[in-house]
Amino acid sequence: MANNIGAKRIVVGAHYGLKEWMMQRVTAVIMSLYTVGLFLAVLLTSDLNYAKWVGFFNFTVMAFPMGKILAMLAMLSLCYHAYIGIRDIWMDYVKPTGIRLTLQIFTQLWLLAAAGYTADILWRV
Amino acid sequence: MSNTVAKKRPEYRNIHVTQILKYRLPLAGKLSILHRVSGAVLFLALPVILLPLFDKSITSEISFEEMKQLVSNPLVKLVLLGLIWSYMHHFCAGIRYLALDVHMGTDKYAAAKSAASVFAVSLTLTAIFGLKLFGVF
Repeated sequence: MANNIGAKRIVVGAHYGLKEWMMQRVTAVIMSLYTVGLFLAVLLTSDLNYAKWVGFFNFTVMAFPMGKILAMLAMLSLCYHAYIGIRDIWMDYVKPTGIRLTLQIFTQLWLLAAAGYTADILWRV
Repeated sequence: MSNTVAKKRPEYRNIHVTQILKYRLPLAGKLSILHRVSGAVLFLALPVILLPLFDKSITSEISFEEMKQLVSNPLVKLVLLGLIWSYMHHFCAGIRYLALDVHMGTDKYAAAKSAASVFAVSLTLTAIFGLKLFGVF
């Protein structure tokens, strides 16, 4: 027990990483449903033009911005999914803690910027 | 608590970057590394290629036309073809992983077969979308 505390403690607590593993699968399902749905909607639309295209993203259901919310949920799923996936890449290949931490922070900022940009795009139309 | 203390295990770090191409991975191994590569590509392309194009496509009728103009450039089409492949591979391989996660097709032969199916489906879809992109139909 004595060498299982402090600096020598090996961090392998129960459920460590299980939430991330699970969420990566859940977000994958959300994104596949959204993209397949969007693809089918495009496929079933004849003479696709700007008005019809923008309609997939700004349609409302009883004044609720459903198109934007669905697109944004898919985008947030993507961010969570990619955050876990890219983090796994850094964890596998980058061993020095400082560089790994820097890359993980860069990853989060990159995805946060993408999410912000998407919200900006969606709520302009 | 004793089972939380890891024993010092031997580490074999014999794969060097310069040797990667010499390793003969099974098809499922190639699928796996390409799943990672395609995911990374999509991550990098998201805010610099995909979102700007989406922005242009949706903001106004004028920017929609600008987007179409931009995509008519063969070089842009080539980049998009790469991204289409990335998406198709990542999607199909991902479906396979979801099946494996619920213990479907985990035996050696089924896993090899499903890996081959993923390549067949994702490459076919890439070809169809690619032909559409380059205006063949």
